[in-house]
Amino acid sequence: MQDIRFLKFVIFVNAFVPLTLLALDGYHHKLGANPHEFATRATGVLTLLFLLLSLAVTPARKMLGQPWLAKFRRMLGLFGFFYGGLHLLTYVWFDKVFQMQAIVADVGKRPFIMVGMTSFLLLVPLAITSNTRMIRWLGGKRWNQLHRLAYVAAAGGAIHFYMLVKADTRVPLLFAGALGILLGYRILNKYFPRYTERPLARAAGKAAKLAHGNSQETL
Amino acid sequence: MLIKKPEDIKSSEITDKEVFLSRRLFMRGAALAATAVGTAWVYRQFASPSQDSKIGEKITGVRSAAESASQSTSEAKTALQDITHYNNFYEFSTDKRAVASLAKNFVTRPWTIAVGGLVHKPGTFDIDALRRLYTPEERVYRHRCVEGWSMVIPWIGFPLARILDQVQPMSNARFVAFETLADANQMPNIGTKILDWPYVEGLRLDEAMHPLTILSVGLYGETLLPQNGAPLRLVVPWKYGFKGIKSIIKIHLLETMPPATWNLANSSEYGFYSNVNPNVDHPRWSQRTEQRIGESGKRETLLFNGYADQVASLYSGMDLKVNF
Repeated sequence: MQDIRFLKFVIFVNAFVPLTLLALDGYHHKLGANPHEFATRATGVLTLLFLLLSLAVTPARKMLGQPWLAKFRRMLGLFGFFYGGLHLLTYVWFDKVFQMQAIVADVGKRPFIMVGMTSFLLLVPLAITSNTRMIRWLGGKRWNQLHRLAYVAAAGGAIHFYMLVKADTRVPLLFAGALGILLGYRILNKYFPRYTERPLARAAGKAAKLAHGNSQETL
Repeated sequence: MLIKKPEDIKSSEITDKEVFLSRRLFMRGAALAATAVGTAWVYRQFASPSQDSKIGEKITGVRSAAESASQSTSEAKTALQDITHYNNFYEFSTDKRAVASLAKNFVTRPWTIAVGGLVHKPGTFDIDALRRLYTPEERVYRHRCVEGWSMVIPWIGFPLARILDQVQPMSNARFVAFETLADANQMPNIGTKILDWPYVEGLRLDEAMHPLTILSVGLYGETLLPQNGAPLRLVVPWKYGFKGIKSIIKIHLLETMPPATWNLANSSEYGFYSNVNPNVDHPRWSQRTEQRIGESGKRETLLFNGYADQVASLYSGMDLKVNF
């Protein structure tokens, strides 16, 4: 238990490293010729990165047969939300200087901003219901269903990135590909768990199923 | 390995609890610091602070902007560091911050420019001979990129009309086509399909002959650096920056409208004319305002980038929303 707490702390500190360097570079005028654009790009990429990391937890835990990895999922997802909020702030602040009318016009007119904004809004209920009390209040099943929105938000984020580049779609496609693998794993895992999970974890899962008496399979 | 039974271990050999805890704290602190350094290193691979690069050679005998005052703006010039480290030159990289270092060994000597097509006196010009042929002039122009940022750049160059006059266009010549070098050995992105290489651009002949249109060989008093289009590039200040084709090897006059790379890549977003126009949005973003590099707020974008008085007549009777 102590170790999990320490590892969580390690992730927490490391998640702030990019933001710290971004802020330091900004303070020392080392973000290049267009610091606003750079800050927007960097926070956007970090948002996608943390969303993908949070979505990688379940496949990693099942494939490696290490259930304790699930403990890090919430924090990674919340950092995705955190960087997403910063990303939105850079747009509202630097690009639109808090002019609400210009923002509304932009959202209505530009599909990529609409997609990005929607994806961020989808993350809001997930962030709100991320604490244990909310999970208990909603009940595990409903909570799980709600949090499938994370798939939609991440896909929206990847599409948002793809739509805004001028010609070089390689990096957005890389994110989309990684997301495709993570979501594809979930589909495979649903139908062919024997190939997608480590025996240890599968045996444990099966034991639980047998205990509920809803599995006819033999080991 | 000798395994001691508990009774074999003298109490003096047992690590003191406080020492044990502080040692563990130390190990954890070290592990934490190591991961943070690792993360910082990874971040730096993607976001290294921009670095200084080499400088060009001094250009002598330049007719100053003051002497050709009507052509130049008196707005504050963008810093040389920004002009040389924020570049769209897709042959090298699609990352504007990375072009300078990727292009630093680009070979620009010897360099010739072939001028031909519908002309009476076609020829191949050596870049150094060309630079001696015409008096270099300083032109401080606004530069507006289609992406929504802008600069003020003190170019050095000469009117494109000079070289066109020399080769004598035929009466049926209506357009001018330009071509950039596409050398896979020197330009890392030539191997990709990001754009259709070589980069090509075009102007209508009257646009090409306009006194504001120049071929640039330098900026800030020195020869161009590779990232800015060395050794010779086009500057058309009332059009979006991508019309200003870089590192030109070929100029060709013809009767029909030539292809243009961005127009080929996406004709609904990039037209042949690509005049700066705040009233015609890019399908994916507004062109109403621009981020002047070095400033913090946004500026209103001006029709024809503020050169409407000089160039609007070129497009009289044309619907600029159709011919964007």
